[in-house]
Amino acid sequence: MTYIAKPKLRHPGIAVNRLGFTHRDYEGSVSTLCAGCGHDSISFAIIQACFELNIEPHRVAKLSGIGCSSKTPDYLLGQSHGFNSVHGRMPSVLTGANLANRDLLYMGVSGDGDSASIGLGQFVHCVRRGVNMVYITENNGVYGLTKGQFSATADKGSKSKAGGSNLDSPLDLVSMALMVGATFVGRSFSGDKAQMVPLIMAAMSHPGPAFIDIVSPCVAFNNHAGSTKAYDFVREHNEAVNRLDLMEPREAITVEYAPGTSEEVALHDGSTLRLSKLAADYDPHDRIGAMAYLQSRAAAGELVTGLIYMDATATDMHANLNTVDQPLNLMSEKQLCPGSNGLDAFNAAHR
Amino acid sequence: MSSPAVQTPPSGARNSRLSVAGMAPTDISNPDYFHKVVDCQWACPAHTPVPEYIRMIAAGRYSDAYMVNWHSNVFPGVLGRTCDRPCEPACRRGRVEEVTKKAEPVAICRLKRVAADNKDDVKARMPAPAAAKNGKRVALIGAGPASLTVARDLLPLGYTVVLYDGDGAAGGMMRTQIPKFRLPETVLNEEVNYILDLQPELRLGQKIDSLKALLAEDYDAIFVGCGAPRGRALELPGGAQAKANIHIGIDWLSSVSFGHTTKIGKRVIVLGGGNTAMDCCRTSRRLGGQQVNVVVRSGFDEMKASPWEKEDAMQEGIPIHNFLVPREFLHTNGKLTGMRFQKVKAEFDAKGRRNLVPSGEPDVVMECDDVLVAVGQENAFPWIERDLGLEFDQWDMPRVDPRTFQSTNPRVFFGGDAAFGPKNIIWAVAHGHDAAISIDLLCQGKDMAQRPSPLVNLSSQKMGIHEWSYDNDISNDHRFKVPHAPIEKALKDVKLEVELGFDLSQAFAEAERCLNCDVQTVFDTPKCIECDACVDICPMDCITFTANGDEEDLRRRLTAPSLHKEQDLYISSALKTGRIMAKDEDLCLHCGLCAERCPTGAWDMQKFLLNAPKTGYACHR
Repeated sequence: MTYIAKPKLRHPGIAVNRLGFTHRDYEGSVSTLCAGCGHDSISFAIIQACFELNIEPHRVAKLSGIGCSSKTPDYLLGQSHGFNSVHGRMPSVLTGANLANRDLLYMGVSGDGDSASIGLGQFVHCVRRGVNMVYITENNGVYGLTKGQFSATADKGSKSKAGGSNLDSPLDLVSMALMVGATFVGRSFSGDKAQMVPLIMAAMSHPGPAFIDIVSPCVAFNNHAGSTKAYDFVREHNEAVNRLDLMEPREAITVEYAPGTSEEVALHDGSTLRLSKLAADYDPHDRIGAMAYLQSRAAAGELVTGLIYMDATATDMHANLNTVDQPLNLMSEKQLCPGSNGLDAFNAAHR
Repeated sequence: MSSPAVQTPPSGARNSRLSVAGMAPTDISNPDYFHKVVDCQWACPAHTPVPEYIRMIAAGRYSDAYMVNWHSNVFPGVLGRTCDRPCEPACRRGRVEEVTKKAEPVAICRLKRVAADNKDDVKARMPAPAAAKNGKRVALIGAGPASLTVARDLLPLGYTVVLYDGDGAAGGMMRTQIPKFRLPETVLNEEVNYILDLQPELRLGQKIDSLKALLAEDYDAIFVGCGAPRGRALELPGGAQAKANIHIGIDWLSSVSFGHTTKIGKRVIVLGGGNTAMDCCRTSRRLGGQQVNVVVRSGFDEMKASPWEKEDAMQEGIPIHNFLVPREFLHTNGKLTGMRFQKVKAEFDAKGRRNLVPSGEPDVVMECDDVLVAVGQENAFPWIERDLGLEFDQWDMPRVDPRTFQSTNPRVFFGGDAAFGPKNIIWAVAHGHDAAISIDLLCQGKDMAQRPSPLVNLSSQKMGIHEWSYDNDISNDHRFKVPHAPIEKALKDVKLEVELGFDLSQAFAEAERCLNCDVQTVFDTPKCIECDACVDICPMDCITFTANGDEEDLRRRLTAPSLHKEQDLYISSALKTGRIMAKDEDLCLHCGLCAERCPTGAWDMQKFLLNAPKTGYACHR
């Protein structure tokens, strides 16, 4: 952390988006995390993604639970709505908020403790229900706030800072999200903004439950030799299956790709991302194939990153429930509550 | 930045394809690299360590701040009032402040005055006269800032220095040309006396009229620091008849300075657009001039006068008329009545050169009682014989080596305005330091090309985990204005100092605007784990991690656009991923957040202190 606030002065040639904002306008308060924490890098990737997507900050709701990762929504989007909930209960709060006001862009920020341990049940059910959201886990494999015990995502055999080996099997949130019906699944690494930013942008434009697991080294407790979530280890075992590049709206496509190796992803602000393949036989639209691929690469000790799965025809919870288009929080009591006569009539219909 | 080094990344690095030929890593052991980052110090001809003394002012250490200045520029009190301030246009603050208002540099010059005005008695900190003479004799011609600097540098080393000046007091143009309302005599005397206390032999009131004769005396070296003493005249119809009321600006200022001239007519025209013209018009206002008009050939923005001097003149009710070319002095029977001017306009030719061409409008007639001509100054060396092996160029200026200040006669050196034409005090001081080095080397029989190195120190400012020995919290204040004496009072007394100087609370706030550009961001490549923390926190988006490339290519790929190509890029050697760190030094706030956020100490904030070369460093204690 730092003791002084980030100076207000900014680069005179700084880029401005369509709303007239600079990326600095999407910042939050100054981070209190350890210097070099991967989570801060993810925060800045989210800031950059919102800037690039021309997102109005007051149209975003950022929610989190408890933990280092769950502190981070305070460090970004200072002009957005925020809710710091109970440990592991963010998915329920997010679901409720989304039900009440479907017009906001929901961003859940959590960690491996908050989502893979105490909140695991909440996480899978939220995804299952198809809540339209971007759910990001900042995954460092340890409980940082309690000084570095292994978390549920720590790989078997990974070494702790004190030298001990993890004997438990890891829980892979990406596989779990695929299994329970996430329609957009990605994985990235906090040390690779070029990969993170377009992935977050694509997730924000996705109309259903989007999940991104971001490996984020804990510099204080999990960045040593023997750890499988250290900067060096992740860089050496990072296997990106594809790459997303942001294209300016009228930019001529100059790079030629072999047929079938690239496709475009439309973003909700009208621009597009280009998805190009790095692994020749990998198809991000094949859910079963993706699950098998993840398992086979994990067995080989490699970490698959990139856009792992996307269902372009995804729908969300509101479609499933057939709710009205108008957000419920904008309706009057009269519209929402049928009154006792209405209730009597409804009950009578079921007798 | 030639000879690009191809770096091989360590085995196991995935992205080794990123390692390509490109810029060589920055050599921070070359003192010029970090010196250039300190824009103000780099721009100062005497390379005064500006941020160092500004921090001292903020800490209330006025005497220390004064001595830092005195070592470098010899006349802090004088320069704190009169300097042409090349440091201020260079100041980084003037490039970074554009968020809410027009960016303005730190008031470096006026902070210098704060140190001079608020210091304690510093006599005990001044060098003592040499205990023993070294037997070498040096003559200095002219007792202005250049010669006095040579005297200060040589006297403590044991040289016998003989100081000649045609005037009765030392100080040169600082005494004769700068009006007292800008530079009080007490301030000048104090600083001249620090040098006279080192006991040069004074030959004041003794004008040199033959260099040949002086060379025949037993001097080991002669330094010519006589300035550019001749004001250019203006030959126009009517000039000869009306000459009683037409005065050469610098001569007139000198006459006012010595008290020979005490009044001027009610209506005055000042011709010229330089700082001398501004001094002439403001002095006229104080000697009875009620309608004082400045008339300039060129446009307002092209005038040579410093912007603040023009502003001060206009504040005193003096209009500046531009694009008027003097044509005729009007007189009635030899009594000056006015001037006639032709109106011109600026036209640019194909090469972009500006020409002033008649606009076709009718001539302008301006009535006046006196005219002051301040249209330029010339060097004049009628007293230098042309058979001394001392060559002159096509403009009748001596051929002087710009590094050593030696003329083609090995024993004769030039400095200040006498060397390369009119500049200003701070240049004269810088020339003096370099000439003193050369004279010392010559007298010691050493090679004049083997010049002393600057004194350089680079030291970490880290005091705790997030604590630095400088105030890294950036002030958002805009530049403070120096208070002035009330105009009614100021115009009544030619000796009343018009600028009052910052009070101590203003001085503190202004000092806090300094960005501490001398506290350098030093990058230790092997420690970097490429976590991006510095990139994310940098408020100015200065830092980029990317594949190497040639400079033009790299500048296109920076996190934020590169606005000033003359500002260097700080390039690391190849990192583990094969990428490099590139930092655009241009707009760095030196806030230290990169170092605070760095988990491994790859970034550190280190103070770079450079003292420009001086002979013997006798004045540094």
